Amino acid sequence: MTMIEAIRDAHAVAMERDERVVVFGEDVGYFGGVFRCTQGLQQRFGSHRCFDSPISEAGIVGTAIGMAAYGLRPCVEIQFADYVYPAYDQIVSEAARLRHRSAGDFTAPLTIRMPTGGGIFGGQTHSQSPEALFTHVAGLKTVVVSNPYDAKGLLLAAIEDDDPVIFLEPKRVYNGPFDGHHDRPIVPWSKHPLSEVPEGHYTIPLGEARIHRPGGDLTVLAYGTLVHVAQTAAEETGIDAEIIDLRTLLPLDVDTIVESVVKTGRCLVVHEATLTSGFGAELSATVQERAFHHLEAPIVRVCGWDTPYPHAHEWSYFPGPARVGQAMLEVMGR
Amino acid sequence: MDGEQVGQQALRLHIPDTERGPGAEPPEVRFISAAGEMRRPELDEPVERIALMRKQMVRVLDDDGAATGPWDPQLTADQLRTGLRDMMLVRAFDARLLQAHRQGKISFYMQCLGEEAIACAHKRALHPADMHFPTYRQQGLLIAGGYPIVQMMNQVLSNEADPLKGRQLPIMYSSKEYGFFTISGNLATQYVQGVGWAMASALSGDTRIASAWIGEGATAESDFHAALLFASTYRAPVILNIVNNQWAISTPEDFARGASATFADRGFGYSIPALRVDGNDYLAVYAATRWAAARARGNLGPTLVEWVTLRRGAHSTSDDPSVYRPAGEASHFPLGDPIANLQRHLVTLGQWDDDRHAALSNELDAEVAAAFAEADAHGSVKSGHTADPRTMFDDVYAELPRHLREQRDQVGR
Ligand SMILES: Cc1ncc(C[n+]2csc(CCOP(=O)(O)OP(=O)(O)O)c2C)c(N)n1
Repeated sequence: MTMIEAIRDAHAVAMERDERVVVFGEDVGYFGGVFRCTQGLQQRFGSHRCFDSPISEAGIVGTAIGMAAYGLRPCVEIQFADYVYPAYDQIVSEAARLRHRSAGDFTAPLTIRMPTGGGIFGGQTHSQSPEALFTHVAGLKTVVVSNPYDAKGLLLAAIEDDDPVIFLEPKRVYNGPFDGHHDRPIVPWSKHPLSEVPEGHYTIPLGEARIHRPGGDLTVLAYGTLVHVAQTAAEETGIDAEIIDLRTLLPLDVDTIVESVVKTGRCLVVHEATLTSGFGAELSATVQERAFHHLEAPIVRVCGWDTPYPHAHEWSYFPGPARVGQAMLEVMGR
Repeated sequence: MDGEQVGQQALRLHIPDTERGPGAEPPEVRFISAAGEMRRPELDEPVERIALMRKQMVRVLDDDGAATGPWDPQLTADQLRTGLRDMMLVRAFDARLLQAHRQGKISFYMQCLGEEAIACAHKRALHPADMHFPTYRQQGLLIAGGYPIVQMMNQVLSNEADPLKGRQLPIMYSSKEYGFFTISGNLATQYVQGVGWAMASALSGDTRIASAWIGEGATAESDFHAALLFASTYRAPVILNIVNNQWAISTPEDFARGASATFADRGFGYSIPALRVDGNDYLAVYAATRWAAARARGNLGPTLVEWVTLRRGAHSTSDDPSVYRPAGEASHFPLGDPIANLQRHLVTLGQWDDDRHAALSNELDAEVAAAFAEADAHGSVKSGHTADPRTMFDDVYAELPRHLREQRDQVGR
């Protein structure tokens, strides 16, 4: 299964099991979403369970919060993460704090899905990775998926979660495990073990990282597309990196991170989002606080540059295998 | 009758169920007036009286190609031929760049097929110094404004001569000199900015007005409503354009319109005079623009205009409209095609014929081909002939801060 098919499947399973699950967003109903992640749901479950919305992200999230407060389980799509900002007030001031400000009287169990990241020549408005804008907000959970198997289990867990979950889908890995080499032929998911997606219901608990590649030389903290890029870099440099796919940024699986860094004594943090005040800063601080005495080298971050995501220079911007590999060598002191 | 009791009747949610797909009937366009039928209000006519015309439509060209009624802008034959040329150039330009996309030279494209009259006539009806806040479907503003099409092609190719240095998605042009505000990918943001620009012009005692653009789908965004309120409150010298091309990607117009009759209706809730105009009638577009501009220039405040047209092509090169569009929608569309409509008018006047039309068409194709050859010689994003990647750090701030200088030094290391 591709990641798109896995996400579609997760929706279908959730809607089948729980009639409180409703799905809506721009072009989501009849068309099945511009990336086709909801294709077939309207035909199967009817237009009262899966429908199109006006182009108003504030309206989509605001009504979803109201529905969630009523007792439904909305799972809504923002067409691109770059277009979530009109809904930001509803997410930050409302969804995130409903439970707290009403002392548990009202809650907002909703899932907000959105495609993130670059690598498709989308320019500055179809390429952003805004995860840190959500992890910084108390009351939200934030998930970033990297493969079909996880995408299905995590989406089901997100929909079933009693708190608002931001569900980020790097669009460059929708159709294949992108290794970071944009000039090579696209490798489809079908050749990858993580594209084997069980039928029916299963969940992956929010807050559990996955060791993508075990290793002894250094720990790489990654999520989304960069998990695959880091793997390429490890293969190309011959460094025995332990690559951790964080999967959920908040709540963060601190134990898995610390255990790995204690073992390897070295840590590299990678993400596609801009460097400054990015989630990588949180990760470095966490490792420094909890494993400082085990570190044999400074923690290094490889991230997107602190510029808007460029169109023509996408591949100079993207932290690809060359930059990640070089940083691995640096952390190894080679 | 007594008040309803809770629990007597189950509530039901209404979801618009417009038919879609190749087998569906093409949607009806409602409230079409005959050419010449709608009255032309005084510039300072009370908004309540203009609201009485809310189910009418400004149309000048009749089915035989004659211009009729109080909105006829009385253009000269030369002005009409210029309008035809502008529109045909836009269409030839779009066709060439769609071909470039098929050839794999560019990453993305958006055409305005069928909507050419709106931007072209609007631009010609305003002063070149007025400022437009466009969406991605108003390439006609640049072309009718005389902006070099080679520059547009350089931008679309993201090549080494791209005036925007490869930073923006193709078609996201920007030119202050030609009154064209930098296009954002984020829908509706420009609408309220256009109002702000107009407020500033009025605050400064300037004479320039603003013209803000939005698609009917994007009127659902909060920024649209903020724009109308500010324009109304401060009586800003702005024209608020809504291009109703019936579709927002796969979503029909009724999702954004809600239960109101028309998009022009949005204006009346904010006490803004609003017109519905045949967007495929070059003369109607020209006349309605002049009316709205005269109101703005006379300190009478904003005008909202709903231009009724049809998006004949796909949303963009990333879209597959065959899934959701009714077959034969373009031929069923009651307002015809803007180029054919104006061509018929010129022929009716005895100012045009088939030979001249064919000659013009060839001339424009050649002009576009020559421009494309020139742009193509500068390479493209696909051939790797772009601006120096290190330029991506320029213009993030006025001056390059230390952290960006350090990052720039790492590029390509
Ligand atoms: C804030 C925001 N939300 C969503 C999108 C994605 N999007 C791009 S174009 C479009 C449809 C716009 O339709 P309409 O306003 O009718 O203009 P048209 O494309 O028909 O000219 C959508 C949903 C976006 N660009 N920005």
